[in-house]
Amino acid sequence: MKRKNMNKYISFALIIVAYAVMMALSAAGKTTRSMQGMLVPICAYIVMAISLNLTVGILGELSLGHAGFMSMGAFTGTCAAIMLTDSVPSAGLRLGLSMVIGAVFGGIVGFLIGIPVLRLKGDYLAIVTLAFGEIIKSIFNNLYLGFDKYGLHLQLLSEKGIKLEEGGRMLIQGAMGISKIKKISTFTAGFILIILTLFIVYHLVESRYGRAIMAIRDNRIAAESVGVDVTKYKMTAFVISAAMAGAAGALFAQNYSTITANKFDFNTSILILVLVVLGGLGNITGSIISATLLTILPEALRGFATYRMLVYAIVLIVVMLFTNASGTKILIDNIKARFGGNKEEEEQ
Amino acid sequence: MYTKDGSNLVPVPSNAVIPERDINDMPALECKNLGITFGGLHAVENFNLTIGRTEIAGLIGPNGAGKTTVFNLLTNVYQPTTGTILLNGMDTHGMSTAQVSKAGIGRTFQNIRLFNNLTVEENIMVAMDKSMKYGLFDGLLRLPGFFREEKKAHQKALELLHIFEMENVASHRAGSLPYGAQRRVEIVRALATDPKVLLLDEPAAGMNPSETADLMANIRKIRDTFHIAVVLIEHDMNLVMNVCEGLCVLNFGRIIAKGSPAEIQKNPTVIEAYLGKSHSKGDSDKVSDMLIDAIVENRNGSDTESAAKLVQKSGKGGKRK
Repeated sequence: MKRKNMNKYISFALIIVAYAVMMALSAAGKTTRSMQGMLVPICAYIVMAISLNLTVGILGELSLGHAGFMSMGAFTGTCAAIMLTDSVPSAGLRLGLSMVIGAVFGGIVGFLIGIPVLRLKGDYLAIVTLAFGEIIKSIFNNLYLGFDKYGLHLQLLSEKGIKLEEGGRMLIQGAMGISKIKKISTFTAGFILIILTLFIVYHLVESRYGRAIMAIRDNRIAAESVGVDVTKYKMTAFVISAAMAGAAGALFAQNYSTITANKFDFNTSILILVLVVLGGLGNITGSIISATLLTILPEALRGFATYRMLVYAIVLIVVMLFTNASGTKILIDNIKARFGGNKEEEEQ
Repeated sequence: MYTKDGSNLVPVPSNAVIPERDINDMPALECKNLGITFGGLHAVENFNLTIGRTEIAGLIGPNGAGKTTVFNLLTNVYQPTTGTILLNGMDTHGMSTAQVSKAGIGRTFQNIRLFNNLTVEENIMVAMDKSMKYGLFDGLLRLPGFFREEKKAHQKALELLHIFEMENVASHRAGSLPYGAQRRVEIVRALATDPKVLLLDEPAAGMNPSETADLMANIRKIRDTFHIAVVLIEHDMNLVMNVCEGLCVLNFGRIIAKGSPAEIQKNPTVIEAYLGKSHSKGDSDKVSDMLIDAIVENRNGSDTESAAKLVQKSGKGGKRK
């Protein structure tokens, strides 16, 4: 119990300190443009990593299409923000609304996927989310959406059929995605989203819902035998996870002037999974740290950007080898036993 | 089988192993003609059993007789091919395992199934989930209902742990407890679901003699405190003969004998099932002695088995750490 609480406070402290430091640095004018540009993506990836950790680490189900939910949130949230430009002049409020809309759509899609899949026993979620990620990419790549005073005009495959009235504009233009986005995402908004995400995840985990979700992860058969409604709790965790990814998508998209569906492909899904695995399954603080480091790293090594995916693959293999090799395992066991022993003594 | 007016319930003698004090109550559990077939194999067949409201009953039989399958049928892990199960007079057909648990059957498992990464207290609180009345938003926003219900559950968990005097391990990780303690936590967790019938699958496996003696006393104590029926599968004949009021012997998926422990000890069919045909001739007292010897052997056998499991388990646990 104590260690869990510790982790929670460390997570919040990390985020708040990092925010304060960055704000102080930028107020003092000591930040570079590239640093400023990375802040929002880092926030978005932190939220993505935490939300995927909820599915993979806490619920114990593998999701290979988390970028799909991000994509859903990005497109719906950004479209909503563009449509609301006139009626909601305040950029901050508009961003907030677009994140809420992104979260709602992410959650709805997560729910729809969950209905058939989460009733099954086994790794079906991995397969279905993998397919979902690809399907949603194809859909947004072939979707043309415009709006004018008569409302939304939707067309698949080409924009020929869409005739907009005066003052209307195209929102999604197939493979070109959404362009001319107003960059309304800010570091502060990202910070608030992370704090909210942490708040939700930690409060979920420390309630009867979280206990039931972790019980299902540890032993589904036993959970059923004590009256836990497995499908309901799996659904709760998965929908919350998808909704968070949607909100992160909306934040992420509005940091750029153009957003395309190809940004949220299988590689992105795997990247997020890598963040979670590197940070440790079920370890929220770890997710925050790994998301920050692995977003900064490729930018810092810009020259190697071509090999980034290769490097990730190698890092993943190395980590797996390292943690599974019997020699290192014993070493880690020893270290843990030593520290674990101390910890128990302290608690008593 | 029973008249419905509730006052004059008369059990059919052939099904009854229920103690006299329970005869006038509606039975806690009734199985009628229960059976399941796995691709042509009759794992359990024609299983009729009535468990009294506060009875401690035992389900015994050689390995592979179908005892655990019966438990899995009772908890709807398997849907029976034939027959009905009445829990407090209510047909459980078509319910999910979780619904059966809510309806009043708590169980433990032969190979312990705890939520290893949760604390002992959390393990028990998971089992109280159905009785906790706060919603997702109360939990997320930490509304007053959350604190009230959590506190109540916390207190109830400690009270339940008190049965085995395990309050001091409440905040330990369940997976880190010794084998015997894990078995006890499993029993407490099953009790936390507020069952009418408690099914214990080899509760004494892997326990040493003094732990087994404690367990015997505790099974009676649980029955007396909660006024529930207890059905146990056990190879430890000392425990079975001492604790159980009624016994049901299974072999090859069929009930071969029912009755009080004393009757079962002298039953030639049971002796045959345990020892084989050649031993069934001769002086009945001698044979019943042999049965007890064989049963003791059987117990030792199952002990070495569970000891092996224990070694395996601790090995695995060590690696995971």
